[in-house]
Amino acid sequence: MAKKLMKGNEAIGEAAIRAGALHYFAYPITPQTEVAEYLARRMPEVGGVFLQAESELGASNMLFGAAASGKRAFTSSSSPGISLMSEAISYITCAELPTVLINVCRAGPGLGGILPSQGDYLQSTRGGGHGDYHLLVLAPATVQETVEHIMMAFDLADKYRNPVMIFADGLIGQMMEPVDFDAVPVSKPMDHSSWAATGAKGRDPHIVKTLYLNPIDNEKHNIHLAEKYERMQVEARHEIYGGLGKPELIITAFGTSARVAKTAIDQLNEEGVDVALFRPITIYPFPFKALAELAKKKHVKTLLSVEMNSGQMIEDVRLATQSKKPIHFFGRQGGIVPSPEEVVEAVKKLL
Amino acid sequence: MSQTIICKPEGMRDNHTHYCPGCTHGAIHRLVAEVIDELGLRETTVGVAPVGCSVLCYNYFNMDFLEAAHGRAPAFAVGMKRIRPDLNVFTYQGDGDLASIGTNEILHAANRGEKITVIFVNNAIYGMTGGQMAPTTLPQQVTTTSPMGRNVEEAGWPIRVRELLSTLRTPAYIARGSSHSPQWLIRTKQYIRKAFQYQKSNTCFSLVEVLSTCPTNWGMTPVESTEWLADNMIPYYPLGELKTPEVEDGATKKMLEVN
Ligand SMILES: Cc1ncc(C[n+]2csc(CCOP(=O)(O)OP(=O)(O)O)c2C)c(N)n1
Ligand code: SF4
Repeated sequence: MAKKLMKGNEAIGEAAIRAGALHYFAYPITPQTEVAEYLARRMPEVGGVFLQAESELGASNMLFGAAASGKRAFTSSSSPGISLMSEAISYITCAELPTVLINVCRAGPGLGGILPSQGDYLQSTRGGGHGDYHLLVLAPATVQETVEHIMMAFDLADKYRNPVMIFADGLIGQMMEPVDFDAVPVSKPMDHSSWAATGAKGRDPHIVKTLYLNPIDNEKHNIHLAEKYERMQVEARHEIYGGLGKPELIITAFGTSARVAKTAIDQLNEEGVDVALFRPITIYPFPFKALAELAKKKHVKTLLSVEMNSGQMIEDVRLATQSKKPIHFFGRQGGIVPSPEEVVEAVKKLL
Repeated sequence: MSQTIICKPEGMRDNHTHYCPGCTHGAIHRLVAEVIDELGLRETTVGVAPVGCSVLCYNYFNMDFLEAAHGRAPAFAVGMKRIRPDLNVFTYQGDGDLASIGTNEILHAANRGEKITVIFVNNAIYGMTGGQMAPTTLPQQVTTTSPMGRNVEEAGWPIRVRELLSTLRTPAYIARGSSHSPQWLIRTKQYIRKAFQYQKSNTCFSLVEVLSTCPTNWGMTPVESTEWLADNMIPYYPLGELKTPEVEDGATKKMLEVN
């Protein structure tokens, strides 16, 4: 199929439909409301379900009920809404339901602002709700990549029986870009009939639950989940961009800030400054090994984390590099996207 | 020739319940299971358990179940019912669960006319957490968090869920039964049957409130509890049907009339 010019939020909705997710529950919030508006029109056309819930509590708990049927369902929201969804996310993860959530991140804390931000990095990579759990978190940098991530997300959710989050931001949601939905093959949803609640016809009842009153059982379940997160580490993905062969400085950045960093790196490389980008594509699991290997190279003298928050990803950069090289930070907050010029300047100050 | 007069419904398992002696949760479970049996719905039912004393009710019901977050059972049920409209989906919720932390979910499920059935067990107290004040606790009723008795000036008046939801314009079947006497158990079973029939015929949202006892946290014997329920709860929470929408389809109409 030819490429189609689409707004990020509409492409998000279409990508999920292409992945066979025909059930969507959500509550309006800027800057992702167009996902809901698009699906309100589109779901009836494809015989799917669009339901505007009473709140994000409602939407996310409906998602639990829908995912417990074994069919593909999803929701989307933005930061304050994701905070409300954290309750259901904890339950969904505990019950091991394959499902997908999209966070079109905006500036916080509190009501914050409606402009793009990456302030939910720690919330999404550390769990966010109560208890020991993780989401698999994909962090796209373009509308096309967002589409690809959403289509992959349902398969990953099936594979690990774990919710997958797409960490986008207001820029990706609002931007118009050409997209190609055929770039990702659509796979068949997995058969979940061994555990899904579908009516106990000719079999013992299936109970989809999260209560383990016996501490031994609860510990066992937690160990089982921890082993799953360990297995998930193989899904870590990253991209290395730019550089002139022996980069002295590595910029670490994900999503929109990585996109800005690429423009800065193009300019710097052209000027002969040897700088490269390390972009985590999954922020959970974080590509620790790959970053460690890159950072330990002799020619790498320093790292610069570029983020649209106060430096939340530095925790992971530090874990990866064991603080063996100095880590610096440049970021903008409050909904401000850093400009390539600012990044160039931040790099030059360090060299 | 032997004849079976009474037996465990197929909708119930063989397990002993964990409920306190004299607690009427068990009796209400049985009513629900009998109705599901009689309507032949067991194999196409998904129940949703609340957080409260009946959180483990899936150990007693013999059918597929989800266990919800506190108060969110209607949202769980809506997610399931919207994806599988062919299934019979019901929630079983206590008064703290439904009328306090879950008011938003129940109100909007009812207002959207979701085709689910809600069994709402009102025992005027938080049972599971050890007897705290519920939104349904009666005026002057002593609980661990209203040790001087519920002060309506401060805590407001008890919420009448049946009446509250009946103000919504969206059609719904809404009734209140009780578990304090055999007569009312029989009547309540009829309400529950109607509720599931309304769902089966895809007519409307349905909710049956059932007044229930909590001898443990009320500090009474089982007999005193049923008396207390009759003398104190029923005057504040009158029994009966409040909303019974008209049904188009003749067969369903007839079934509803039989009761
Ligand atoms: C989010 C959350 N808040 C509080 C609790 C604690 N909690 C468990 S059960 C319950 C009250 C249950 O009372 P009710 O719904 O009346 O049911 P009963 O036990 O009386 O049958 C509370 C407050 C919880 N599990 N989750
Ligand atoms: S605490 Fe009350 S509601 Fe809970 S099982 Fe005991 S009697 Fe029943």
